[in-house]
Amino acid sequence: MSTEEMVDGSRNRIVIVGHGMAGARLAAELSARLGDAKITVLGAELHRAYNRIMLSSLLAGKVDESGVELAEAAGHGIDVRPGVQATAVDPARRTVTTGRGDLIGYDHLVLATGGRALVPPLAGLDRERLPDRVAVFRTLDDCRRILTAAAGARRALVLGGGLLGLEAARGLAARGLDVHVVHPVGHLMERQLDPAAGAVLARTLAGLGVTTHLDVAASAVDARPDGLTLTLSDGRELDADLLVLSCGVRPDVELARAAGLTVDRGVVVDDRLRSSDPHISAIGDCAQHAGVVTGLVAPAWEQARVLAQVLAGQDPRARYRPQPAVTRLKAAGIDLAAMGDAAAGPAPDVEELSFSDPVRGTYARLRIVGERLTGAIMLGDNPAVGTVIQLFDRGTPVPIDRRTLLLGRSRDTASAAPVESPALMPDAATVCQCNTVRKGALVRCWRAGARSMDDVVAATRATTGCGSCRDAVEGILGWLSSIDTPDPVEAEVAA
Amino acid sequence: MTDGARTATHSEDVSQDVVTHCPYCALQCGMTLRRTAERVEVLPRQFPTNRGGLCQKGWTAAELLDHPDRLTTPLLRDRPGGQLRPASWPEALDRVVAGIRRIQSAYGRDAVAVFGGGGLTNEKAYALGKFARVALGTRNIDYNGRFCMSSAAAAGMRAFGVDRGLPFPLADLSTADTLLLVGANVAETMPPLVRYLVEQRQRGGTLIVIDPRVTATARQATLHLQPTPGTDLAVANALLHIALAEGLVDKDYVAARTTGFDQVRRVTAGYWPARAERLSGVPVADLEAAARALGTAERAIILTARGAEQHAKGVDTVTAFVNLALALGLPGRPGSGYGCLTGQGNGQGGREHGQKADQLPGYRRIDDPAARAHVAGVWGVDPDALPGPGVSAYELLSALGTDGGPKGLLVFGSNPVVSAPRAGRIEGRLRDLDLLVVADFVRSETAEIADVVLPTAQWAEEDGTMTNLEGRVLRRRALGPPPPGVRTDLALLADLADRLDHVDGSAGQGRSRFPAAPEQVFAELRRASAGGAADYAGITWERIDAEDGVFWPCPDEDGPGMPRLFADGFPTPDGRARFVPVEHRPVAEEVCPDYPVYLTTGRVLTQYQSGAQTRRVEALRRVAPNAFLELHPDLAARLGVADGDEVRVTSRRGEMRAPARLTPTIRPDTVFAPFHWAGAARINSVTSDALDPVSRMPEFKVCAVRVEKAVASAGEGTA
Repeated sequence: MSTEEMVDGSRNRIVIVGHGMAGARLAAELSARLGDAKITVLGAELHRAYNRIMLSSLLAGKVDESGVELAEAAGHGIDVRPGVQATAVDPARRTVTTGRGDLIGYDHLVLATGGRALVPPLAGLDRERLPDRVAVFRTLDDCRRILTAAAGARRALVLGGGLLGLEAARGLAARGLDVHVVHPVGHLMERQLDPAAGAVLARTLAGLGVTTHLDVAASAVDARPDGLTLTLSDGRELDADLLVLSCGVRPDVELARAAGLTVDRGVVVDDRLRSSDPHISAIGDCAQHAGVVTGLVAPAWEQARVLAQVLAGQDPRARYRPQPAVTRLKAAGIDLAAMGDAAAGPAPDVEELSFSDPVRGTYARLRIVGERLTGAIMLGDNPAVGTVIQLFDRGTPVPIDRRTLLLGRSRDTASAAPVESPALMPDAATVCQCNTVRKGALVRCWRAGARSMDDVVAATRATTGCGSCRDAVEGILGWLSSIDTPDPVEAEVAA
Repeated sequence: MTDGARTATHSEDVSQDVVTHCPYCALQCGMTLRRTAERVEVLPRQFPTNRGGLCQKGWTAAELLDHPDRLTTPLLRDRPGGQLRPASWPEALDRVVAGIRRIQSAYGRDAVAVFGGGGLTNEKAYALGKFARVALGTRNIDYNGRFCMSSAAAAGMRAFGVDRGLPFPLADLSTADTLLLVGANVAETMPPLVRYLVEQRQRGGTLIVIDPRVTATARQATLHLQPTPGTDLAVANALLHIALAEGLVDKDYVAARTTGFDQVRRVTAGYWPARAERLSGVPVADLEAAARALGTAERAIILTARGAEQHAKGVDTVTAFVNLALALGLPGRPGSGYGCLTGQGNGQGGREHGQKADQLPGYRRIDDPAARAHVAGVWGVDPDALPGPGVSAYELLSALGTDGGPKGLLVFGSNPVVSAPRAGRIEGRLRDLDLLVVADFVRSETAEIADVVLPTAQWAEEDGTMTNLEGRVLRRRALGPPPPGVRTDLALLADLADRLDHVDGSAGQGRSRFPAAPEQVFAELRRASAGGAADYAGITWERIDAEDGVFWPCPDEDGPGMPRLFADGFPTPDGRARFVPVEHRPVAEEVCPDYPVYLTTGRVLTQYQSGAQTRRVEALRRVAPNAFLELHPDLAARLGVADGDEVRVTSRRGEMRAPARLTPTIRPDTVFAPFHWAGAARINSVTSDALDPVSRMPEFKVCAVRVEKAVASAGEGTA
C-alpha cells in the first residue's frame, strides 16, 4: 500500500480507470488544460495507448504495432500505469484499490473501463478459456492471438457480420486467407444497412475473398490442435484454422456496480458525464448517456473533451450533446458510410433518393425530411460521401439539385470549360483571363490587320500571363484565317 | 508638376530602357521600362520567374507614375476633424519631429510606433528597423507581413531552422511528378507562375489543389480537395496517417535527417481518414488518392499559401504539411520539397531585415545577446541601448491610442485601414492617435485619416533590392528620379533621423548614420546580415546583375549563392529537421444560428492587396470595379438573393455590403469576398482578429457571418 498517495495534500487528484481510446484522450485533454493537477491513469492492458480503430489495419498487415500507438499525455503530474487494474472503488473514502494492492486517493474519479467482447454460448466452447484457434476481436492482445493463429492458416471463420466482424474479415482476407463470415441475420450490418445495401456489400466482399453465410446461427465449435469445425444451426459444418468471434460488446461496469453507482447497461451519466456519485464520472464505451451506450470513438472523444472542460472548471456551461453516429468502413475495395435512419422503410413525408449499381458495387440511399438529411447509406464509389456526412452531422440544408448528393458535382465546376468552337463562342467570352482579352478583341485585332500570333499577342497581351489560353487563341486565329468575312463582327467594330 | 517638367529633369534617361521587376507580387516578374515621348511603356522580359509573362497588373504598373492622384507635396491636418492641406517639406517634417518629441517626452520612447510593409525594398525595410530602434528608440515596430507570411515563417523556422519561402528555384515545380498546392490560388495571384504548372501537367505530372473554392487554380488540378474552411490541418494529418498505413514513409530519410518522428507518428495515428473526412468533408477516397500520389512520386513538392496560413492555427497547419513532406523525405531531395508561396513583392526580404517586432537584420532574434552585439556594432550604438522585442502587428494596431499604448505611429508601405482584420476597430485606434504619419504616393485610406502625409517615390523612381519568393535577391532600378516634391523613403528616414538627433542634442554622427543612398544602405545591410540566417554579406548589386539574382544565404563575395537548401543538412543545432506534433482544433469562431455561414476572404487577379494602387488603374478597375460576395446558388436561393443583388454580410465585428455573385464553385456553407476594397465594401470590417498563438497571424480565412439581402433604405450609411 502506498501511503504517499494517501497523504498527498493536493485538492486536484484525478484518477482515470482505463487507458483505452477514451481514457487516454481524457488524460491528454486534461494535461493540456490543468497544469497543477495530479492525474493517475490505470490501464489494464500492458501497452502504450493505441488506436483501436487501426487494429483491422494491423490484422491486414498494413501497419505494425508501433503504427497503432497513440500520443500519450506526458509531463509533470501525469502518472500512467499500464498493466495496473483497478479492483475496487470506495466512494465514501474516495479511494481506488489496484490489482497490486495500492490504495489511491482521488478528488475525482473517471471510469473509462470500456467494454468487453461478448462470447456467445456455443456447445464445446469454454467461454472463460478460449482455445488458441478461437479469439474475440477487441484489444491489441486479441489481435496478437488472431495473428498467431493466422500464421500458416488457410481458412478463417468470422462469427458475426457487424462492422467489427467485417473489419476482421477483410483484414484476414488481405492476408490471403479464405474468409467465411457467419451471420445470424438475413443481411450484413443490419443495424446500419437495408437489405439491398447488405446484398451489395456481400457481393463486394465476395470479390475480396470473403464468403458470407447469412440467416444462420452457429451452434457448436470443435477446436482441435490441427484445426476447428463450426457447426451451424442448419446442420452444415465449416472447417477452418481460425475462428474470430465478433458478437458484440458489453460495457464493463463491474467496478461501478460494486461501488454502488447507478448502472443500467452502462454507468448512467448526465450531460456533464457525472455518475450518481458527484465525484465519479464515466466516459466512453462503459458510459450510458440519455439511454445510449455508443461504442464508437467519436462520441468517446467528445465526452473526453467535455469532461476535461468540466473538470478544469473552464466552461461551466460545458455539456455533452451527442451527435448522431456515422458508421464508416473504408478499406481497400470497400467504401461504406451509413448514418441515421437510412435502414428504415419508406414513410410518408420522407423524401428518398436512391441509386444502385450492384455489379460495380455502388449503392446509395438517402432520406430527407424538410430539407435535412435524416439518414444515408453510401456504398462503393460515391464522390459526395464527404459532403453527405457533413450535411448529416451539421443538419445543414441539402442541395436544391439532389443529384449532387449522388453524383458529386452536377454542374460543370470540376474542370476548365472545354475550348468551344471559335465560331460559336460569343464575342464577350473571355479567352485570356490574366489579361481580360475577349474573343471580340481578338477578332477586332485581326480585322485591323494582325495576322501572326506575335502580332495578336503584342496588340492584345493575350497569352502573356499564365499562358494557358495559347491553344484557344491559336484556334481563334485559325478560324479567322479560314473564313473570308466575319460579318457579324463588323457591326460590333462599328459600334 | 507636369509630365513635361519631369521629363526635362532627367532627359538623359529618355532613350534608355531600364531592366527591372514588377512592383507588385513576390513573383517579381522581370520587366523592362521604356520612356517614350508620351508615356512609360512596360515590356515583359525573360526572367527565370515569369519567363516573359506578365499579368494585367504588371502590364499597367506604369500608369500610376503620372496618375492624377499622385501625391507630390506633403499634406498636413491642422486640427482633428479638419482637412488635409498641402504643406512644405520643412513644415511637415517639423510637425512630425515635434509630435514625436512631445509624445516621447510625455509617454516614453515606446509611445511612438512604426508600421512597415512587405512591399518595401530590403534597404527600406532595413532602414526602417534601424530607424525605429536607433532614431526613435522604440520597441514598437511591426509590419503588414505579419498578416501574410508569419505562419509559414514560424513553421519553417521550427522545422528547418530557417525560413526561406521556396528553398528551391521555381523551375523545380515543372519537374515535380506530384505537386500539392494548399490554399494557393496562383492563377489569380501570380498568373505567370501557372506556366510552371502547365508544364508540369504536360510532362504527365499530378497537380493536387486543396481549396474550399473551385478556384481558377483548382480547375486545373488533377485532383481537387474542397475542405470546410479551417480543416486543412486535419487533412494534412490524415494524409500522413495514410502514408504511414500504406508504407509510403521514407524511413531511411526520417532516421538519418530528422528528429521527433515517433511523437508525430503517434499523434497522426489519431487522424484516421474517416475522422478527417468528417471534420473536413473531403472524401476518404480523395485523401487516399492524394496521399498515394505524393508518396509514390519520384519528385514531389508541397506548397502552402495564405489559405492554409491565415488561421489562428496557421503555424500548426503549415507544420502538419511540413511533417508530411519530411515523412515522405522531400526537403533537400532534388526536385522535391516543401515551400510557401510568399505574397507581397518583398514579403521575403521584408521579413529578414528587422521591421518585425522580434527581429534584427539577417533574420536575427532581437532577444539574442550575440545578435544585438553584432548589429549594434554595425550601427555604432551600445547594444544595451537597443530596445527589446515589441508586439505583433495586430496587437500593436489595436493598442494605438489606448492607455499605455502608442500615441504616435509612422506608416510606410501599408494601408492597414483596409488590410487589417477587424478593420473598423483598427481604423478607430488609428483615429485616436495623437500623431499619425503616413508615407505613401497616393491618398490611401490610411493616409486619408493621417495628420501628416509624406509623398514618397514609386518603384520606378528608386534603386534597391527585392528578395523574391525563391529567396533570390533582385535589382529594382530607377527609370528616373521621383517628380519634384517627392522624396524616397530612405531620404525621408535620413532626414527625420537627422532632425531627431538634433532634437536629442546628440548631433555629430547625424546623417551618416542613416544614409539616403540605397547602395550605401545595402552595403550596411550586408554587414548587418553577415553571419545571420539570411546572410547577404556576399551579395553585391553587380553580382545580382551578372547572375540573374543571387539566392541567400551568400556569406562570401567569392562563394556561390544557394538556389537549393538542405541538400546536406538543415541549419538546426544538430543538422536535422524537426518534426513537431500538431493537433487539429476548431476555428476560432464556429458558425451558429445567428451567424450560420463561413466567410473566407482572398484576392482577385486584377487587384493587389488593399487596392490603393490597383483601384486607381483604369484598365484594372474596368475589369474589377468593385467588391462582391461570392455565394452558392443554393444559399442564395434560401436567402432570396439573386445574382447582382446588394447583400449585407454581418459578423460580430462589423458589416460589409456588396453585390452578390452566384457561383457553384463555392461550398454552400461558405461565402467569399475579396479584401481589396474600402468603405462599405471593406470585408475586413467583418473578419476575425483571433490570432495564432505563435505567429500572431489573424484568422482572415474563416469567421462566422450572416448574409442578408440589403434592403434599399434612404439615408442609411455605413461608416
